[in-house]
Amino acid sequence: MTETMKPLAITLTGCAKTFADGTKALEPLDLAINAGETVVLLGPSGCGKTTTLRIIAGLEQPDAGGKVMFDGEGVTPLSIEKRNVGMVFQSYALFPNMSVAENIGYGLRLRKTPTEALRARVGEMLAMMRIEKLADRRIDQLSGGQRQRVALARALAVRPRALLLDEPLTALDAKLRDALRIEIDELLRRLGITAVYVTHDQAEAMALGDRIVVMEHGKVAQIGTPRDIYQRPATLFVADFIGTMNRVQGRVANGGFVTAAGTIPWAGAPAHITEAMFRPQDISLAEGGDAHLRGTIAAAFFLGDRTRLAVNVGGEKPLILETGTRRDFKHGETVGLRIDPHGLLSL
Amino acid sequence: MKRGPAFYAQLGFTLFVCAFLIAPVILSILAGVTVNYQSGVQSGFTLRWVYAVWDGYRDTIFLSIGISLACLAGTLILGIPAAYALAKRQNAFSRALEELLVMPVAVPGLATALALIVTYGGVGGFRTSWVFILVGHILFTLPFMVRSVLAVLSAIDLKTLEEGAASLGATFWQRFFHVVLPNCRGGILAGSLMVVTLSMGEFNMTWLLHTPLTKTLPVGLADAYASLRLEIGSAYTLVFFLMIVPLLVALQWLGQARPTKFVAEDE
Ligand SMILES: Nc1ncnc2c1ncn2[C@@H]1O[C@H](COP(=O)(O)OP(=O)(O)O)[C@@H](O)[C@H]1O
Ligand SMILES: [Mg+2]
Repeated sequence: MTETMKPLAITLTGCAKTFADGTKALEPLDLAINAGETVVLLGPSGCGKTTTLRIIAGLEQPDAGGKVMFDGEGVTPLSIEKRNVGMVFQSYALFPNMSVAENIGYGLRLRKTPTEALRARVGEMLAMMRIEKLADRRIDQLSGGQRQRVALARALAVRPRALLLDEPLTALDAKLRDALRIEIDELLRRLGITAVYVTHDQAEAMALGDRIVVMEHGKVAQIGTPRDIYQRPATLFVADFIGTMNRVQGRVANGGFVTAAGTIPWAGAPAHITEAMFRPQDISLAEGGDAHLRGTIAAAFFLGDRTRLAVNVGGEKPLILETGTRRDFKHGETVGLRIDPHGLLSL
Repeated sequence: MKRGPAFYAQLGFTLFVCAFLIAPVILSILAGVTVNYQSGVQSGFTLRWVYAVWDGYRDTIFLSIGISLACLAGTLILGIPAAYALAKRQNAFSRALEELLVMPVAVPGLATALALIVTYGGVGGFRTSWVFILVGHILFTLPFMVRSVLAVLSAIDLKTLEEGAASLGATFWQRFFHVVLPNCRGGILAGSLMVVTLSMGEFNMTWLLHTPLTKTLPVGLADAYASLRLEIGSAYTLVFFLMIVPLLVALQWLGQARPTKFVAEDE
C-alpha cells in the first residue's frame, strides 16, 4: 500500500502543564519519540497521559518554557489543524451528520483532493479496515468496534505524519478489545508510522509498545521496552503497576537473602537491600530441602488450567504464585516455595 | 392487545378536549365564508369577506410575513453564534448570560415595547419604520432560538467533534460549517418554527410599536374584530391560517432535506 510518508520524530522538552483552574497535570516532561516507533503512555487514570498526548497533538499548549519539536523543527505555537497528525479518540468523535465514507473522506475533502483520488483513497481505507460494506451507513448504525475502525480509517486517510491514539479500545468489551488490539498492532507495524498510544491497561501497553512510558502523578516513572519495564522496574510504583510483583522483607547474609520464612540463595545480592522482589512465575512449589521459604496457604483460586495461590510468609502481603498441579490446597496448609534466582530483583 | 374501559374513557376525554379546542377555530373559519353569520350557514357561502380582507389588509399580511422572515434571519444570525459561544464556554459567566437571555421572555411584551419607545421613540425615521417592530420581535424571539440550539449543542460532544475535525485539518470556519451547524439542524429547525410562529402572532408588543402605516396581521385582525363585521374578522383568521400553515410546512421541509453529499456512492 502507498503509505510511504517519512515517519516523524517527536521531541518534548520541559513540557509542563498547569490548567486554568490551577490543576498541575504535568511536571516538566522530556520525551523523545523516534521516527516510526510506537510509544505507549501508560499509567493510572489522572496521571497526565491524555494531557501529554494533547500537547503533542497541539490541542493543549505546554506552560511557558515547554517545547514540542517535529523532526527537530519547533511546532509549539502551531494549532492541531496545522500539525498534520492523525488522532483517534476514546469516544470516536465521528461526525453524525456524515456517512462512514464521508467521515473517512473528510480530511481529503479539506485538502481539496480531486473526486476520483478521494474515492479511491476512501475505498482503500475501507478495505484496509475491512469495513467496505459499511460505506454508506450512518454513524449511529455502527457498533463500537466498527466506529473505532472508521475512526482509524479517517485518521489514516490523509497520511498523517504521526498517529495519536487516546485509549481507543477502552470503550469496547474485552473480546473485541483483544481482536482490535491485534489489528492495530499489525497496522502500525505495516505502516511504519510513528504512533503514540495512551492506555491505562498494562497488557495492552506490553503488547503494542516498542517502548512504554510509565507515568505517575504527572511525571515519568520509567521509559523502556516492555521487557525492560517488566524485568527491571525502576521504582516500586512501576513494579506494582506492571503485572504482579511479590515482595518479601529481610537482609543479605552469606550469599543469600534471609527472611523470617527461610533463606533465598542469591549470590550477587546488593548488600544494602531490605526487600527482595520476584514475579509469580519465578516461584514454584517444592518439598523438603529444595524449598527456600515456608509459608501457609492464605487463599487458593482454582482457575481450571492452573491454581493461583496466596501464601503467607510473614511479610506485608502474601506471595502470589500459580501452579499447574492437580492437587487440592487447604487454607492454612504449610507449603514449601522455591525461588528461581534469575527472577530476583531489588530496588 | 386488549384495551380496557380505562383506555376508552381516556380516548373519549382526549377527543372531547380536542373538539372543545378545535370547534371555535372551525366556527370562526366557517363564519368567514358565511353570507350572514347571524342567520347561520343556511344563508349560503361566499368569498366576499375573504376578498374584503384581501383588499383592505393585504399590506398587513405582507408586512407580517416580511417581519417574521426578517426576524428569523436576525435570530439565526444572532442566536446561533450566541448558542455556540455559550455551549463552548461553560463557566459562571456563561450561565449567568444564559439566564439573562431568558429574561425578555419573563418580562411582559408590553414592558419591552414601552422601553423601546422611551429609548428610541424620538428617532423619527426609526420609530415610524417597520424595522422598529422587527427589533421588538427579535428581542422577544431571540431567547427561543438560543435555547433550542443550545439544547442540541449541549447534547452532542461538541468539543471532541471539533477536535476530531481539527485533527483532520479543519479551520475554525470549516469546523463551524461542516460539523457544528449540520449537527444542530434539529435545534435550528425547532427554533425557526418557534420564531416564525411567535413573530407572526405577536400582538401585545406590536400593538404598542405599530403606527397606522406599519400594521401587522394580528394588529389588523384586532382592528377588524373591533370595528368591522364579524364575518370580515373571521375571514381574516382564515387568511391568517392560509398564510402561516404553508410557511411552517415549508420551513419543516427545508430543515429536513439532507445536505448534499460530497462522496459519491460506491457502486
Ligand atoms: N481541562 C482541564 N482543566 C483542569 N484540569 C484538567 C483538565 N484536563 C485534565 N485535568 C486534570 O489533569 C490531570 C491529568 O489529566 P489527564 O491528562 O486527562 O490524565 P489521564 O489521561 O492520565 O487520565 C487530572 O488530574 C485531571 O483532572
Ligand atoms: Mg485520559
